[in-house]
Amino acid sequence: MSLGNIRQGKLRLQKWYLATSDKERKKMVRELMQVVLARKPKMCSFLEWRDLKVVYKRYASLYFCCAIEGQDNELITLELIHRYVELLDKYFGSVCELDIIFNFEKAYFILDEFLMGGDVQDTSKKSVLKAIEQADLLQEEDESPRSVLEEMGLA
Amino acid sequence: MSDIVEKTLTALPGLFLQNQPGGGPAAAKASFSSRLGSLVRGITALTSKHEEEKLIQQELSSLKATVSAPTTTLKMMKECMVRLIYCEMLGYDASFGYIHAIKLAQQGNLLEKRVGYLAVSLFLHESHELLLLLVNTVVKDLQSTNLVEVCMALTVVSQIFPREMIPAVLPLIEDKLQHSKEIIRRKAVLALYKFHLIAPNQVQHIHIKFRKALCDRDVGVMAASLHIYLRMIKENSSGYKDLTGSFVTILKQVVGGKLPVDFNYHILLQVLQKYILLLYLTMILTISAIFIFLSLAILFECVHTVYSIYPKSELLEKAAKCIGKFVLSPKINLKYLGLKALTYVIQQDPTLALQHQMTIIECLDHPDPIIKRETLELLYRITNAQNVTVIVQKMLEYLHQSKEEYVIVNLVGKIADVLVLNTVDTYAPDNAWFIQTMNAVFSVGGDVMHPDIPNNFLRLLAEGFDDETEDQQLRLYAVQSYLTLLDMENVIYPQRFLQVMSWVLGEYSYLLDKETPAEVIAKLYRLLMNDSVSSETKTWLIAAVTKLTPQAHSSDTVERLIHEFTISLDTCMRQHAFELKHLHENVELMKSLLPVDRSCEDLAVDASLSFLDGFVAEGLSQGAAPYKPHHQRQEEKLSQEKVLNFEPYGLSFSSSGFTGRQSPAGISLGSDISGNSAETGLKETNSLKLEGIKKLWGKEGYLPKKESKTGDESGALPIPQESIMENVDQAITKKDQSQVLTQSKEEKEKQLLASSLFVGLGSESTVNLLGKADTVSHKFRRKSKVKEAKSGETTSTHNMTCSSFSSLSNVAYEDDYYLNTLHDRGDKELKTFSLNSELLDSESLTELPLVEKFSNCSLSTPSLFADNSMEIFHPPKSTAASVAKESSLASSFLEETTEYIHSNAMEICNNETISVSSYKIWKDDCLLMVWSVTNKSGLELKSANLEIFPAENFKVTEQPGCCLPVTEAESTRSFQYSVQIEKPFTEEILSGFISYHMMDTHSAQLEFSVNLSLLDFIRPLKISSEDFGKLWLSFANDVKQNVKMSESQAALPSALKTLQQKLRLHIIEIIGNEGLLACQLLPSIPCLLHCRVYADVLALWFRSSCSTLPDYLLYQCQKVMEGS
Repeated sequence: MSLGNIRQGKLRLQKWYLATSDKERKKMVRELMQVVLARKPKMCSFLEWRDLKVVYKRYASLYFCCAIEGQDNELITLELIHRYVELLDKYFGSVCELDIIFNFEKAYFILDEFLMGGDVQDTSKKSVLKAIEQADLLQEEDESPRSVLEEMGLA
Repeated sequence: MSDIVEKTLTALPGLFLQNQPGGGPAAAKASFSSRLGSLVRGITALTSKHEEEKLIQQELSSLKATVSAPTTTLKMMKECMVRLIYCEMLGYDASFGYIHAIKLAQQGNLLEKRVGYLAVSLFLHESHELLLLLVNTVVKDLQSTNLVEVCMALTVVSQIFPREMIPAVLPLIEDKLQHSKEIIRRKAVLALYKFHLIAPNQVQHIHIKFRKALCDRDVGVMAASLHIYLRMIKENSSGYKDLTGSFVTILKQVVGGKLPVDFNYHILLQVLQKYILLLYLTMILTISAIFIFLSLAILFECVHTVYSIYPKSELLEKAAKCIGKFVLSPKINLKYLGLKALTYVIQQDPTLALQHQMTIIECLDHPDPIIKRETLELLYRITNAQNVTVIVQKMLEYLHQSKEEYVIVNLVGKIADVLVLNTVDTYAPDNAWFIQTMNAVFSVGGDVMHPDIPNNFLRLLAEGFDDETEDQQLRLYAVQSYLTLLDMENVIYPQRFLQVMSWVLGEYSYLLDKETPAEVIAKLYRLLMNDSVSSETKTWLIAAVTKLTPQAHSSDTVERLIHEFTISLDTCMRQHAFELKHLHENVELMKSLLPVDRSCEDLAVDASLSFLDGFVAEGLSQGAAPYKPHHQRQEEKLSQEKVLNFEPYGLSFSSSGFTGRQSPAGISLGSDISGNSAETGLKETNSLKLEGIKKLWGKEGYLPKKESKTGDESGALPIPQESIMENVDQAITKKDQSQVLTQSKEEKEKQLLASSLFVGLGSESTVNLLGKADTVSHKFRRKSKVKEAKSGETTSTHNMTCSSFSSLSNVAYEDDYYLNTLHDRGDKELKTFSLNSELLDSESLTELPLVEKFSNCSLSTPSLFADNSMEIFHPPKSTAASVAKESSLASSFLEETTEYIHSNAMEICNNETISVSSYKIWKDDCLLMVWSVTNKSGLELKSANLEIFPAENFKVTEQPGCCLPVTEAESTRSFQYSVQIEKPFTEEILSGFISYHMMDTHSAQLEFSVNLSLLDFIRPLKISSEDFGKLWLSFANDVKQNVKMSESQAALPSALKTLQQKLRLHIIEIIGNEGLLACQLLPSIPCLLHCRVYADVLALWFRSSCSTLPDYLLYQCQKVMEGS
């Protein structure tokens, strides 16, 4: 399973939950981009592609795609995508594409907190955000004395 | 596109300005984002792919310099890592940074560690070698007191972790299950789930802890544990029946609103699918929607569940309503799901398709190809003899439009399935259509299609249908159509198609009256000379020419061809050409060798090549070395190489070769394998039936065929197709009638299409309404090969009869089953035809009781079966006689079995009439399961019969004496089954059922299950220390583990004794503080164990020829050693 944001032929995020070789990854991304970008706006959000199903949704200029296996539920996946977008929105405060481009490691952290090894870790938005905030907080505590020290050292 | 880029560019400066103000950490952030920012901005500003490549290469080389410079601080490294991730995402190779990512995760502070871990999880995959370097870091972080560090470690573990290193972190993660923070518990559960996926036997011992997680007070932890249960229940559904209660409680809490609403119902429902929980399902089906997608997703799963569990009319009705909502929804996503749901249920309930026929027709012309495809899938499921033309036409239309290879393969497979692969019948209405459609399929599907398709098509042609003249016509038509196709200039056909053509032309050209074989040969010759034809196809072609040559009296073309190809560079072609040349010189031999129309006869093939014995004996007498199979030669080579060995036993052994290795207990690996290979060889030659080239060799050398064709076929299989379609939906009919009056012309066309599509499903009146009473007779019906099957000559035809028989008897069986429960007659009839041919395997074919039941049932539902030729299925009389003989055998057998060790009899199930108890007998060569059925009632039981459900891991064979026709009042009977293991496992459940008839023909059945453990299949292996040493070296799979011993068995002898008693290992020798043990897994997989004691630790070292066995045995040992 992979999740990526594709904007007009540019990849913004990708995450693979199955071991795949680099060459295969590139090929799949390229192919998937072509297929998804060729879809017209009123078509349905599900695609049968190779032996997988691709669930995609467009938010503004970004496509969120998720490849799932045959027996997985498509609507749940659509809901997952939506929830991830909601999480991003809450975290960044009305998220836009630029947030994701420039803070893509944050977007990855949120994704890791939400999905773990390809399965939903926590369905509650609140607890995901809480976990992220905690980590950020600890990190800043950890970081701030050091930067002060560094500044002093520099001075 | 361009305006979006523009917007992005204009927004950029603003973003940086936002980040600028604010000192301290924010300043650091700004510098970081500006570096990444300049990279991103640079890339966005570029216009061509080429420039982008240049820029990135530049960036990468500067990054490379930075990361490898010793002065780079961790902070800078972190920032480089982020840029590396970005470059890698754009598709450029950044592999030089992988090792630095690991270093960063190891050395950095929290933020740097976080980025390091992220980079590692994005860069590396599960089997990457660098991952081993990460293990130490993960272990350290798992032991950390900092929550965030533990979280990060758990996250990375659950994403990528090398399988072999799981034992290193497993105890740490197990401890985390008791952690006070729920987020840690949750992540630990998911990490263990991941381990369960990649190495299930390593986490076996903590299953009990998963149960604790299921009852966790935090919802998230509980939800996480559901993932594990979903997986485990899918693997083994009966093992977790006791948990149903807990699942229901959870579900109740969810439905009752006690848990947060966004709880994931979906997984729970999948779990519930395994059980019958009608009440709660009803409840869920009526849930009102809060989250629109989520609740609809759940609804969809519910519908799926309703149809996959025991059908209940009330629920079915509700589910049908839901599907209706989906299908009629204007939202395209829901429509797609509605179609998908229809596809699931269509075979059970075709009325639903009738209700939605207009929607389906609309979807068929939908602009979205995905919807179209789903609709075709749906239509494929409802294909029958009457609508096949229209549906196949629609499929072909779609096929011509699509370009994607995967779609083509899939769709071609389906069309071919409808036409050719169908075991009972092909739906094709007439010869011309059939051949033309297949031509279209072959030319479109070409070389990507599944190889079974051409093979099956050829088999169909060769074996033919009921009617001999009809067959001839079909073949003739095929030959003619291929000849016209070949006449066309400048058309390139796919190789597979050419192969099919060449086979058909080779076999059936004799049917032509106009064209002589010589002309056909000339055409084939032209193809042969064509460069675009692959060499594989050329061999097909030359085989066809060879077949035709004896029929063509004299042909220059053949001469030319021989001349041309005896000097060919392709050795295969050259050989064929030489064969043809020599045969051509002796026309009489050639005629007897390649007779006309004999393709479906079976040849007796002497797989042991006994006719070569004389030659071999002569060779041996002249001093030639005896032949050794490849594996034997290799093993000998290996053992010779190992003259210099460093093995720890100090045992001296000769390198005398293979025979010395055979142990008294009989690990005759070599001979076993060679026996098997001879057998498989035999099987292969049996199944190779339809290859283009005939088998020429037999016992007497070249094989002149005996005339043994069974010309008359004793009665065809009656499959009353028409009776399926009696499902009348009056309401629909009426509605249609009223609609017809007011329809516009376009509507009428659609209606017409609908009627032709749904013709098989609706009533006759629906069809007549639109003036399309299509009564196509079934010309194509596979001829039954009952006669041949009886004599048991051929395997393939045997299977064919079995499958059709089992489908019929299955009908009878299911009918019986549903008789009391279903009120709706239409429903019932259709359900009974959802053929599930797996239910009865071919062995049951000759079982008397089943056949009796079958005929009983056929009486009760006369409308379903035309009663002609039922007697075909009665077993041959000899079976009855042999049954009687076997029953006397069985009683003596029982006495004999008591010599072996056996377990105590245990009652496994009972009811008012019978009680079943079972015990295991551990025989030397197999596990014998004995079920004794006691008839408690005063009545006589007829045809009590025991069936074992097929299991994945073992093979169950019936011992003689299992199907006595009658069990007298108050007596006991035993059924014996020998169980052989196929794949090692820890514990499996063997289940089955007893069915019996009482005097008053009332039949009943009783299910039971028995636990089998790996230990039931372990036997001591008595070998000498010397043999042990030799075997030890030859085995590749080993597992080592230290086990703590309890006080009572601290000494080696007592520990080994425990192993001997509990696991049936054989103690070979005890030398000081080391011990050698051996055992075998039936039938003959040896496993060796070397133990060494230090203080209270027992070091176990297993080696075996089977890769999984050591793992399982280790688990058992641990259990025994820790348990006692």
